[in-house]
Amino acid sequence: MIEYDYAVEVHDLTVAYDKKPVLREVSLKFPKGKLIAVVGPNGAGKTTLIKAMLNLIKPVSGLVIFKDSEGAGLKNKIAYVPQSGSVDWDFPATVLDVVIMGRYGHLGWFKRPGKAEKNMALETLHKVGMQGYASRQISQLSGGQQQRVFLARALIQQADIYFMDEPFKGVDAQTEKSIVALLKELKGQRKTVIVVHHDLQTVSDYFDWVAMLNMQVVANGLVEEVFNEENLGQAYGGKGLLLKGAV
Amino acid sequence: MMEAVLSLLGDYTFQIVALGSALLGVISGALGSFAVLRRQSLLGDGVSHAALPGVAIAFLLTHDKKTEILLLGALLMGFLGAFAILGIVRHSRVKFDSALALVMSVLFGLGLVLLTYSQKMPNAGQAGLKRFIYGQASTLLQRDIFLMMAIGTVLLLVVILFWKEFKLLSFDPEFAAALGFNTGKLDLLLSFLLVLAIITGIQTVGVVLMSAMLTAPAVAARQWSNRLWLMALLAAVFGAASGVAGTLLSSLVPVLPTGPVIVVCVTLIAAFSLLFAPERGVLHRVYRRLKNRAQFQTARESKI
Repeated sequence: MIEYDYAVEVHDLTVAYDKKPVLREVSLKFPKGKLIAVVGPNGAGKTTLIKAMLNLIKPVSGLVIFKDSEGAGLKNKIAYVPQSGSVDWDFPATVLDVVIMGRYGHLGWFKRPGKAEKNMALETLHKVGMQGYASRQISQLSGGQQQRVFLARALIQQADIYFMDEPFKGVDAQTEKSIVALLKELKGQRKTVIVVHHDLQTVSDYFDWVAMLNMQVVANGLVEEVFNEENLGQAYGGKGLLLKGAV
Repeated sequence: MMEAVLSLLGDYTFQIVALGSALLGVISGALGSFAVLRRQSLLGDGVSHAALPGVAIAFLLTHDKKTEILLLGALLMGFLGAFAILGIVRHSRVKFDSALALVMSVLFGLGLVLLTYSQKMPNAGQAGLKRFIYGQASTLLQRDIFLMMAIGTVLLLVVILFWKEFKLLSFDPEFAAALGFNTGKLDLLLSFLLVLAIITGIQTVGVVLMSAMLTAPAVAARQWSNRLWLMALLAAVFGAASGVAGTLLSSLVPVLPTGPVIVVCVTLIAAFSLLFAPERGVLHRVYRRLKNRAQFQTARESKI
């Protein structure tokens, strides 16, 4: 058995909303430099898991340990791409404004973004194929463009670990392709990318590692080792048969 | 007419009242922008209504009619009201609108009862506590203006200082938390500023109409701007302009009450903006739809 270099470890994490547990004693280790999918049926606690790992939700019990990055600098080592539906896109801001928000953590309290941040944001927009949209009002973006803006906002953080909540949701095939290319590029830079993912058909193509979740951990390991019929059946209940094409 | 306006502009009392109303407009316009974007306009309405019993309680306890003492009572009750509303939502299954309606009407009712009661107190003869219901800008004194200036300056400075943080908090609080900002404290600070802005305004326009001063300038400003700083700036300008215009109108026509006239002015600006603003205005949208339809039709006809 190979011992991996882990980027983040979760120990006995239990999270509950209104006393109803959503995650029960979840323990997981995510290796460094891998593209990691978190899959599971609706209500399995996928989003809850990454929010708890980011300390956005207080768990009932459990521990999350980030390796190599401790203390004050930790927040700048972690980037988060929330679901694009989580904000009101009619907010009075331009695309550039939103991308620059990714630098706010590095700037710290009170300091204002300046020319350097603006140039970084323009560069990052180029990377996600949105170079012509810098001064566009964000309410005019399509779903796929919103997703790419959020991606740019995370990329500009220049973090080590990326958490993404369904980045392919509501995105057309071409955008999906370009996002996958970006994920591979991040992997090439030895970044760890943890993605909440819904489409089981693409797990084997896009990801190296998969965590299968249904309130508890069903499996966690290399895609070729654990992404099989048996584990899928366990994670998704009787629906395993429907997923035949996926494995 | 022109002469009347000119002589009015030179009048000291008019200057004081107009300055106070303009200040109120600036403060509520700037803070109101955040309230509108964070969907807290109704909470603002709850806070201002809840402030009324605070005025009466402050008077009953101290027997003092000084504005700052009455406003301190209003401030504390305003906070209590806000905490009561948010607390009910958090700890029960009652939804926001019901919690708001409940707390707002109960506290406003309590305020009316206490005001009536305190009017009967020996030294209450001209306490004029009733002015806090609908506002009475003409009772503004020079020292009230200084108080408003001081509070307004502090409010605006804090907003400028925390501009980037407030902007992020208003757009995406979860992302702000993921970046390591203490969003709980930021939220509390911004809410505190909002309550302070409301309390500063109730002497001029009253607790009933104060939420219009928060909402209308911001809604109007949003129609004309796509950037947050421009929206806040425009809202402040609209608020100030309504304050001055309202004071002017009510001074020229003696039967018109200042506070309500200010609110009518700001509402007119909002209505005009909703109808005629480019891009977001109702007329522009109708025009665009008709144009699209016409183009579609000519395209189809040319095919046939």
